[in-house]
Amino acid sequence: MSHDRNTAFVASGQIPPAAPPPNLTGPIGWVRENLFDGIWNSILTLVSIAVIVLLVPPIFEWAFLRGVWNATSLQHCREIIQAAHGEGTTGACWAVINERFNQIQFGFYPTDLYWRPLLAFVLMFVALAPVLFSSVPRVMLWLTAAYPIIAFFLIWGGLGLEPVESAKLGGFMLALIIGVTGIAASLPLGIVLALGRQSNMFFIKTVCVVFIEFIRGVPLITLLFVASVLLNYFLPPGTEFDLILRVCIMVTLFSSAYMAEVIRGGLAALPQGQYEAADAMGLNYWKSTRLIIMPQALKVAIPGIVNSFIGLFKDTTLVSVIGLLDPVGLLNPIRADQNWNGILWELYSFVALFFFVFCFSMSRYSMYLENKLKTDR
Amino acid sequence: MANAALDDHMPEDHIPDRTKMHVSDEIAIQITNMNKWYGEFHVLRDINLTVNQGERIVICGPSGSGKSTLIRCINRLEEHQKGDIIVNGFELNSDLKNIDKIRAEVGMVFQHFNLFPHLTVLENCTLAPIWVRKTPKREADETAMQMLERVKIPEQAYKYPGQLSGGQQQRVAIARSLCMKPKIMLFDEPTSALDPEMIKEVLDTMISLAEEGMTMLCVTHEMGFARMVANRVIFMDEGQIVEQNEPEEFFHNPKSDRTKLFLSQILGH
Repeated sequence: MSHDRNTAFVASGQIPPAAPPPNLTGPIGWVRENLFDGIWNSILTLVSIAVIVLLVPPIFEWAFLRGVWNATSLQHCREIIQAAHGEGTTGACWAVINERFNQIQFGFYPTDLYWRPLLAFVLMFVALAPVLFSSVPRVMLWLTAAYPIIAFFLIWGGLGLEPVESAKLGGFMLALIIGVTGIAASLPLGIVLALGRQSNMFFIKTVCVVFIEFIRGVPLITLLFVASVLLNYFLPPGTEFDLILRVCIMVTLFSSAYMAEVIRGGLAALPQGQYEAADAMGLNYWKSTRLIIMPQALKVAIPGIVNSFIGLFKDTTLVSVIGLLDPVGLLNPIRADQNWNGILWELYSFVALFFFVFCFSMSRYSMYLENKLKTDR
Repeated sequence: MANAALDDHMPEDHIPDRTKMHVSDEIAIQITNMNKWYGEFHVLRDINLTVNQGERIVICGPSGSGKSTLIRCINRLEEHQKGDIIVNGFELNSDLKNIDKIRAEVGMVFQHFNLFPHLTVLENCTLAPIWVRKTPKREADETAMQMLERVKIPEQAYKYPGQLSGGQQQRVAIARSLCMKPKIMLFDEPTSALDPEMIKEVLDTMISLAEEGMTMLCVTHEMGFARMVANRVIFMDEGQIVEQNEPEEFFHNPKSDRTKLFLSQILGH
């Protein structure tokens, strides 16, 4: 019975909900919708499968089946591989990582003191936990606050610990020192700059705008050169100003300018009504910024903030151009070693894996956080 | 009867009891010769208005007439350039202490609710008492629950504003203001962003508030509300107060031509 002909119509009852057609749900539904939805999608799926079949097995074979973990030189690696798999076969020579593992991790840090950076590394996660996860007891924030000082003395020594000079620091440790310092310091600095840029006070606003525009207009490498070379000319003669500290400051300033703009984007996304509602309740500027404005602006800005963090962390490899031995900078001396001359993929992919693990974790954390802060459903 | 249009959204089961609405002699707001400009544009022209404790004033007028700007001047969301505004005995000037004091005593309800989406309903309600009034959290929670009960949505206390309907959000906004125990409530088109079904629930809340003796200034197009609750209706046009009168007189016997035209436009269909 069609009821569109009848102007007067009364539903005879509520139509009960029915199950959807079988193709829409379940694994078959998923494959249909995601892999074979139309001709182009199907072609792309088949091409992708072909690429995977062609690429993955040979790589797997090279890296794992024929990979060598214990050898003394590249030549030795090759001999082992050819003895095991026949003349002309190639395989990964992971032995270089095995042999130089400590160096890639710590640079030229004294071997008997490795426990100190390792302890600092473990403590870093303990200090991060209360910042990253709200279920961790708040008391832990005291450790977080004290962590920079603890880490400083653990790594550089002092307070009864044997001092270690900056020139000996390197490898992943150096990347983490610069990266974590930059990340931790650039967020608060970026917030201050973003607020300053929105300020009604002309002087503060101008200072912030000039700072942000200047830093953003200059390549990071330039700033690093300033830190390593030029700064000495401006400082009084004989001033000892640690190079790693200078680099940390430059990286932080560089990143905070970007951070400020990302956060300003978050601030701009808030409706005017939020400011008005906060004002109308009698909250002063700092209270409304802290309780109403910033939590929302930062939430909006999470993807951009994490994007900046990831960029900054990867940019730490640039310090190799001013002679610091970050993981990438360390690879050259290793490759110059006669034993390992000619090795390439193994070293770079290992360093890439390190950066990938950290950057991917940051990316996943940002997704977790966005999901957690979702309040509209 | 023309009043059919007037009573459009009024809750039928809730006839406001005017005997409960008591106007005292105490002055709540005194505005004298107030002027405001947006750049070159003269938005408010020579406004004189005295509001006693317990008055319910409805401000109406065409859009752009300055009615919202007027009530936003009362808690200094907008700054006036000439004349005086005295609220609860404090003069509004650039003294920030006075402004915060006045804002703590004057509640405001916005057209778009402006709830804080990152806080739960309860947290929305307790934020200002805790941070402005320094009320202990437990006490603030208790007050908030009372106020939420008063606007009839205590069961939503732990939800986020984004999970509520428009009418519920606006009632939360009213409860949020009430938690500060304000002496005066300002309503800036509180029902304009709502579906007809939800307008009723918000008006109902506002009527209860009026019956409890709250001093209220409402910018609204709900003429039924004006007729049944207000003790004074103010008509504004082009930045000035054109006419003010008791609602009966205002609606049945408007004096100015501009008022007549306005009333015929909003009631005449």
